[in-house]
Amino acid sequence: MTDLFPLYNSLRIAAISGVIVFFAGIAAAYYASRLPRAVKGALDVLLTLPLVLPPTVCGYFLLRLFGARRPLGRLLLGWGVRLAMHWTGGVAAAVVVAFPLMYRTARGAFESFDERPAWAAQTLGLSNTWIFWHVRMRACRQGILAGGVLAFARALGEYGATSMLIGYTPGRTATVATTVYQLWRTNDERGAFFWVMVNLAISAAVLLTVNLLESRERTGRSLWRWR
Amino acid sequence: MALEVDIEKRAGAFHLRAAFRCDSEVLGILGASGSGKSMTLKCVAGIERPDRGHIALDGRVLFDSDRKIDLPPQARRVGYLFQSYALFPGMTVRQNLLCALHAEKDRKKRAARVDAMLALLQLRDAAELRPGALSGGQAQRTALGRILLNAPDLMMLDEPFSALDAHLRLRLQMEMKDLLAGFGRGVLLVTHDRDEAYRMCDRLGVMCDGRMLTVKGTKALFADPETRAAAALTGCKNIADARPTGPREVFVPAWNARLITEKPVREGLQAVGIRAHSFNPDEPVNRLPVRILNEMEEPFAWVSAFRFEGQSPDAPALWWRYPRECRPKNAPGALGVAPGEVLLLY
Repeated sequence: MTDLFPLYNSLRIAAISGVIVFFAGIAAAYYASRLPRAVKGALDVLLTLPLVLPPTVCGYFLLRLFGARRPLGRLLLGWGVRLAMHWTGGVAAAVVVAFPLMYRTARGAFESFDERPAWAAQTLGLSNTWIFWHVRMRACRQGILAGGVLAFARALGEYGATSMLIGYTPGRTATVATTVYQLWRTNDERGAFFWVMVNLAISAAVLLTVNLLESRERTGRSLWRWR
Repeated sequence: MALEVDIEKRAGAFHLRAAFRCDSEVLGILGASGSGKSMTLKCVAGIERPDRGHIALDGRVLFDSDRKIDLPPQARRVGYLFQSYALFPGMTVRQNLLCALHAEKDRKKRAARVDAMLALLQLRDAAELRPGALSGGQAQRTALGRILLNAPDLMMLDEPFSALDAHLRLRLQMEMKDLLAGFGRGVLLVTHDRDEAYRMCDRLGVMCDGRMLTVKGTKALFADPETRAAAALTGCKNIADARPTGPREVFVPAWNARLITEKPVREGLQAVGIRAHSFNPDEPVNRLPVRILNEMEEPFAWVSAFRFEGQSPDAPALWWRYPRECRPKNAPGALGVAPGEVLLLY
């Protein structure tokens, strides 16, 4: 019987970081899309950097920040939060690496939004909060959902930053991605193959979801009915 | 019951200066694209913010730069019909209309009023369709219904017919005119189409390069546009610089023509305009020898391009349009213009 802990660990890391990235990405994208051009450019570089940096470099920075002997790491330890060599560090690593995907996709959706329905809603006396959820988010929904799925998939497949920050401890910090490497390194070819297959299945499911979302967007049908 | 606007706004090189008043009437703003028509509407709606000025509606101050008053669009009670209609994406026609009644808490009353509006605008069959599935006319009526249900104190229509096919336009203009008469409050209608302006508006203002020029009754404006911009926007095809040579006489250098006018020529005359249909081969006054260059047939008229004898070579040819049944056997050697048809432009 194969120990399924890596799958459980990967899913919980991806789920938690996915939720964080989803909302943080939307908020960052919404505010960035309304900033003046120069500020936006600078912010963009900072927020998108993890997408192009090697994940190990992200992991290096995270270790410098959250290592047990660093000020921030010590502060968090004082509150009982441990990131280095602990599965919660996997969440931090996945958030940093997956955030740009969500941010970029959501920002693209917000920037291509036609403002006129929002203006029309304002002149009809509808509140800005109502407009954000019922008009803006609704029009951008498919783009935002696609970004969320991509970010979730990236979090699920995260390897570099994760292995830097939380290493590989079977039953404690092992994820699907780190397990594949560890088993291969120790000549457990059958074990590695099993986890490769798990990885393939998850990735295929995610890509199918993205394609479904995109085709729905093209045909203009909505995923869920209103009310 | 009136809208009073006196605003100024700079955006890059563009400088908007608009001052006008709109009572319970349809006031048209006629202007070329980029002349500042839509920006004026946006300032009144509260979507754009003027740099300076004052906007009041029925005595309520919507914007006042000196008193630091700038009501949000939600508090202005101004309806805005966008050129693209701006329906809420993903919502059906019925849901779009329901949104306009957010202040009405009683579900049944809300549903009843929406049903009545659907019937009034002949949208019952389209009630469950989403914006993408609507025809241009249906989308426009939905947007209009949303505004009417919201019962604003002023309605603004931004190029309401330009997105529609020509054959639909006339019928929808007729329907819109009825609806606006029933609305009973001020309406601002922005357009670049002179026929639309003439059909729909009680009074017209001409907008050019961010400035609101002459504002006057629609028929009076077409009869005497007063400015070059207004003459061009009301469809005057022949406009040229001119200088006064007598109390009722002007000289047009580009045409090498001396023209008698009906109205006395005032100080500051810049140009004269002659509408294409004002030329007449049988008119004895202002009669000048011409050479026809080209002719083109239209469904119910002929259009000719011609030059006056002695016209300066770099001045463009002039246009003459006449009904089909008035087509002379031989091309006329001279054309005249009644003095009353010479438009004096300042």
